[in-house]
Amino acid sequence: MTEAALAPVDLPDALALELLRDMVRIRRFEERCADLYGQQKIRGFLHLYIGEEAVAVGAIHALAPDEAVVATYREHGHALARGVPAGAVMAEMYGKREGCSRGRGGSMHLFDAARRLYGGNAIVGGGLPLAVGLALADKLQRRQRATAVFFGEGAVAEGAFHESMNLASLWRLPVAFFCENNFYAMGTALARSHAQPDLCVQAGAYALPAVRADGMDVVAVHAAARRALEHVRAGNGPYFVEFQTYRYRAHSMFDPDLYRDKAEIESWKRRGPIHNLTNRLKAEGRLTEEAFLALDAEALREVDEAVAFAEAGTWEPVEALASDLHTPAAA
Amino acid sequence: MRMTYREAMRAALREALLADPRVFLMGEDVGKYGGTYAVSKGFFDEFGPERIRDTPLSELAFVGAGIGAALGGMRPIVEVMTVNFSLLALDQIVNTAALYRHMSGGQFSVPLVIRMATGAGRQLAAQHSHSFENWYAHIPGITVLAPATIDDARGMLAPALADPDPVVIFEHALLYNLEGELSEAWRDADLRSAKVLRSGGDATIVAYGGTVWKALEAAATLAADGIEAEVIDLRVLRPLDDATIVASVRKTRRAVIVDEGWRSGSLAAEIMARIVEQAFYELDAPLARVCSEEVPIPYAKHLEEAALPQPAKIVAAVRALARGG
Repeated sequence: MTEAALAPVDLPDALALELLRDMVRIRRFEERCADLYGQQKIRGFLHLYIGEEAVAVGAIHALAPDEAVVATYREHGHALARGVPAGAVMAEMYGKREGCSRGRGGSMHLFDAARRLYGGNAIVGGGLPLAVGLALADKLQRRQRATAVFFGEGAVAEGAFHESMNLASLWRLPVAFFCENNFYAMGTALARSHAQPDLCVQAGAYALPAVRADGMDVVAVHAAARRALEHVRAGNGPYFVEFQTYRYRAHSMFDPDLYRDKAEIESWKRRGPIHNLTNRLKAEGRLTEEAFLALDAEALREVDEAVAFAEAGTWEPVEALASDLHTPAAA
Repeated sequence: MRMTYREAMRAALREALLADPRVFLMGEDVGKYGGTYAVSKGFFDEFGPERIRDTPLSELAFVGAGIGAALGGMRPIVEVMTVNFSLLALDQIVNTAALYRHMSGGQFSVPLVIRMATGAGRQLAAQHSHSFENWYAHIPGITVLAPATIDDARGMLAPALADPDPVVIFEHALLYNLEGELSEAWRDADLRSAKVLRSGGDATIVAYGGTVWKALEAAATLAADGIEAEVIDLRVLRPLDDATIVASVRKTRRAVIVDEGWRSGSLAAEIMARIVEQAFYELDAPLARVCSEEVPIPYAKHLEEAALPQPAKIVAAVRALARGG
C-alpha cells in the first residue's frame, strides 16, 4: 500500500460508498463486456475503461443532474456513472432497439437526452467544440450550469482542442475540460506525440486554470472536479483538469498491446482505483469485507440483469433503417 | 421592390434576429467588420456583440460550437467565409451535425443553419473560388440550399431556421451584387422543390446557384435562334427534386446540366443518373453537361473564364443536342 493510499477519505459515508459502488459496477460491467465480445454477442470496436473508473465516477458525481456530459468512444463508465440503466447500455452493445441509441450507435455512441449525455464521440477531440457550444447556449440563456467534456491526452494534439480552449476562454464559457490522460493515444505514448508533454502547460496557454489530479484516486478526482465546477458555474470561465490515469486493458479488442511494458501495467494496477478506495475505507473502519462483497455481488447481479435485458431485446425492423435522419414534422 | 441579393439576404437575417431571441449570428468578421460580403453590415451596432459574434479563425470550433448551441436550445446561424474554408469545419458538419440525430437513435435534433459563400468569378484564385456543394449534397441528414434569386435570398432563411435539422446555405459570391425585383412569391419559399424559371419545349437546362443566370442568358440567346430552352433552378441540392427535373425532361426530351463543380463526381453526374434511371426511354439525345474544367481555378481573368461554365458553352451544348436529335 502506498502512502497516498492512506490519505483520509474526506467524504461522507454515503457518497464514499456511492463512488465505490459505481466504480465496481463499471468494472463488473466491462469485464462482462469483454466476455461477451469473446462470445461475439458484442461486435465492432469495444474500448474498455478498466483502470480509469475513478475519473468518470469522481467527476460525474460532482455534476448536477441538469449539467451536460460530453464523452469519448471509451464512455461506458460515463454512461453508467451518469445513471443510464445498465440494461440500456448493454442492449446498445448488442445492437438492440432497446439500447440507449436504439442500436444505431453501439459501444462508442451512447446517448441519453434525459440525462444530458451527449455521446459517445469517436472522432478524437470531436466532442470539444460541441461542449463549447452547449456552454455558449447556457451562457446566452443565462443558465448557471456547467458542461463537462471528457477527452484523452491524444485529443490534446488535435486542432479541435486548441480551438475549443481558446474559444471557451475568450468567451468565458462554463466548460469543465476533463482530460483523461492515460498516457497512450492508442499505441503512441504521450512523450512520443507531444513536444510539450506537460498538458497543463499546454492548456494553461489559454489563460485559464489548468491543474493536475491523481486520476487513480476517486476522492482526489471528486475534489478536483468540484473545484473546477464551482469555478465554472460562478461565471469565471472554463477550467482544465488533467487526470492522470491508466487503462489496464489494450486500446480495443483488436489491440495486441505490444507497445507497453508489462511491469508498467503492473505498477499502475497496484494503484488501482477500487483497491485504493476500499483499503482506505477499511483502514478507517468505514467498510467491512462483508459489506464490500455484498456491494460486489449487487454489481454482478445488475450486470446479469443487464445481459438478460439485452438478450431479451428485439431487433429494429430493417424497414426503420432510414428513420431518424430528419426530425419528423410536428403533428 | 427592387433590391440586391445582398440586401435580400440581409433583410432575411435581420427579420430572423428580430423575430426570435434564440437566433444569433456567429462567424469570422460578421460583427465589427460588417461581414466579408457586407451582408451583416450594421448588425453589430443594432444587435450587439452577444448576438453578432465575431469568432477567432477557428472554423472547426465555431461550427462545432454552433452544433452545441443548437443542441442547447439556441438557433445559431453560423457564417463560414467561403466553401474552401469550410473544409476546416467539415469534420463537425459531417461527423457530428449530419449524423447526430440518427446515431443517437432519434434523441437529438440539431437546428443549425450554416451559410457560406461559394464559387468563382472574381479572380480570387484556387483557394477562394471552388464549388463543393456536391460534397455536402452527398451527406444524409443535412439539407443543402443554393438560393440563386432575389426571392430565395429573401425567403429561404426563415424555413431553414424553422427546420429542426442542419441546413447548409450556399451563396454564390457573384450574386451578392445582383439586382432584381422582389416578388410576393418570396414568402412561399420551400426547402423541397426546384423551380422552372423559364418555360420551353426544346431542351431542359438544369442549373443552380451562380450558373442559373448563365443558363438564363444562354436560353435567351437560343430563343433568338428559335430554340426554346426550359431553365430549371434546382434551389435545393439535397434532397433533389427529381419530379420537377424529370417532368421537364419528359416534355423536352433533351437536357443539359450546368454545374460550377468539377465534372468528375459532380452533382451534374448525379442528376444525369437520375434522369437516366427515370426517363431513359423518353430521351431523344444523350444527356450533356457543362461543368468547370478539371483544374484548380486560376487567377488570370482569361484562364478563370475558360475554366468556368459560360453562357456560350451552354448554348453550344444545347445546339449540339438539338442537332443530334
